Amino acid sequence: MTEDGATPARPRRGWRVWRLRRREGAGRQPAPIVPKNTIAGRALIAVVAIMTFLAALTTGAVMLVRDTANAWQSEIAREATVQVRPAGGRDIEADVRTAAALVRATPGVSEARAYTRAESAALLEPWLGAGAGLADLPVPRLIVVRTAPDWVVDFAEMRRALTAQVPVASLDDHRSWIERMRRVTRATVLGGILVLGLVIAATVLSVAFATRGAMAANRPIVEVLHFIGARNSYIAGQFQRHFLDLGLKGGLLGGGAALLVFVTADLLGGWLLDPDALREVSAMFGGASIGPWGYAMVMLQVACIAAVTAATSRRTVTRTLDELR
Amino acid sequence: MVTFENVGLRYDLGPEVLRDLTFSIAPHSFQFLTGPSGAGKTSLLRLLFLALRPTRGLVTLFGHDTSTLGRDALSTMRRRIGIVFQDFRLLDHMTTYENVALPFRVMGRAEASYRAEVVELLQWVGLGEKMDALPPVLSGGEKQRAAIARAVIARPQLLLADEPTGNVDPSLAQRLLRLFVELNKSGTSVVIATHDIALMDQFDARRLVLHDGRVHVYD
Repeated sequence: MTEDGATPARPRRGWRVWRLRRREGAGRQPAPIVPKNTIAGRALIAVVAIMTFLAALTTGAVMLVRDTANAWQSEIAREATVQVRPAGGRDIEADVRTAAALVRATPGVSEARAYTRAESAALLEPWLGAGAGLADLPVPRLIVVRTAPDWVVDFAEMRRALTAQVPVASLDDHRSWIERMRRVTRATVLGGILVLGLVIAATVLSVAFATRGAMAANRPIVEVLHFIGARNSYIAGQFQRHFLDLGLKGGLLGGGAALLVFVTADLLGGWLLDPDALREVSAMFGGASIGPWGYAMVMLQVACIAAVTAATSRRTVTRTLDELR
Repeated sequence: MVTFENVGLRYDLGPEVLRDLTFSIAPHSFQFLTGPSGAGKTSLLRLLFLALRPTRGLVTLFGHDTSTLGRDALSTMRRRIGIVFQDFRLLDHMTTYENVALPFRVMGRAEASYRAEVVELLQWVGLGEKMDALPPVLSGGEKQRAAIARAVIARPQLLLADEPTGNVDPSLAQRLLRLFVELNKSGTSVVIATHDIALMDQFDARRLVLHDGRVHVYD
């Protein structure tokens, strides 16, 4: 303490000196009404960044699950199988040729590949063994049908034609699998959206509470501004701008980090896995890229969270001003 | 300038802390507001600077019934009142100059239009050398003078000071009193809330004495 009770100024260093010299020198910038770089402000940025990061990760994960499930579903939906059973007195090779020709003639079918006798036997080999004398067994023959994308094939008509011309043929259009897959996909995406909703609600609540906490430290400023005659809109505007700035900083940090995670995971997959393994992984789990819609969603979340921060500060200021009179 | 008619004040459902206050404050007048601790001096000051609404009675300020004024009108009215808080309430992140200039800033005035005025006032109150200092490094007396400078910079018609000499030594208290007297001579009505009898004895002025929630006026 000095002789008259003042606390001696601490020596100033580095960037702080530069900032103060800017303020103290000619043409100086006045200090902002709401102080920047406070502990409460930095803590708020950290909370916003962490919650935005978690919300963006959840959004990306939900979008990836949805895209992968849709890809699985459409892959299965584009395939059907015709089974031609051997029957006494019938030439199975002729039946397979007739059935394949009939399938190929159906509008929307892009490919129909009939498995040869040797290929059909190879399919059974894992269960029956190599020396089981498959040549003597009545092994059914398969025709794998692939349909063109964006084309609705009339499988009912195909089934009727097959039954009429090749009575030993049966068609499996995987309808039951597709239905089951659709239910699983819908349940998965709904679960993901539910989790996303909870994460967003938690984000909004924690950001709102953190903002109110940071605002509590600024109550004396609100009071002084109020008592020297500042209009409520002026005071609320000052705080809203400041907290929008903090919310944007935190949101961009968290959202940017989440995007970095997705981009890095996408790139790492390409670098660490050989092309075949990458294809397998992509077929099973999809890619790590969330696409333009994913990026747009993350940026929308950043904007929304910053808006929540600003709106909460405005509401807190308004409530404080109401309490003052 | 200020008229109280049968004003009463209670906090929530508690007892009335101020009762049947009827008095007026004339333009260019000087008065002390005094009374024992807990008599309601700060509550009365808060009624005067529109931080509280009376629970009954009529408060007229600058010719307006304060109960009928909207928020913006109240803000405009507060600009005509200067307040010196007992705890100074300087903003720690602003320099002395910026604290004193704050009333002009919230009015939306450009800095070039008030800079000379603020610098002149700071020199007059002896803070010319401390313009760029932040409040945490000022002494109690310097903070007090900065708070007074902020209260008077916009030339208020009414100056309210809550225990303005409570934190300073007797010689500085005397200097601050002279400052208030000078302000009063320049046309500002002054109300100083204090229980410092020695201070009141130094200047012959009207006294508003609060006792048991009622005010007794000694002209």
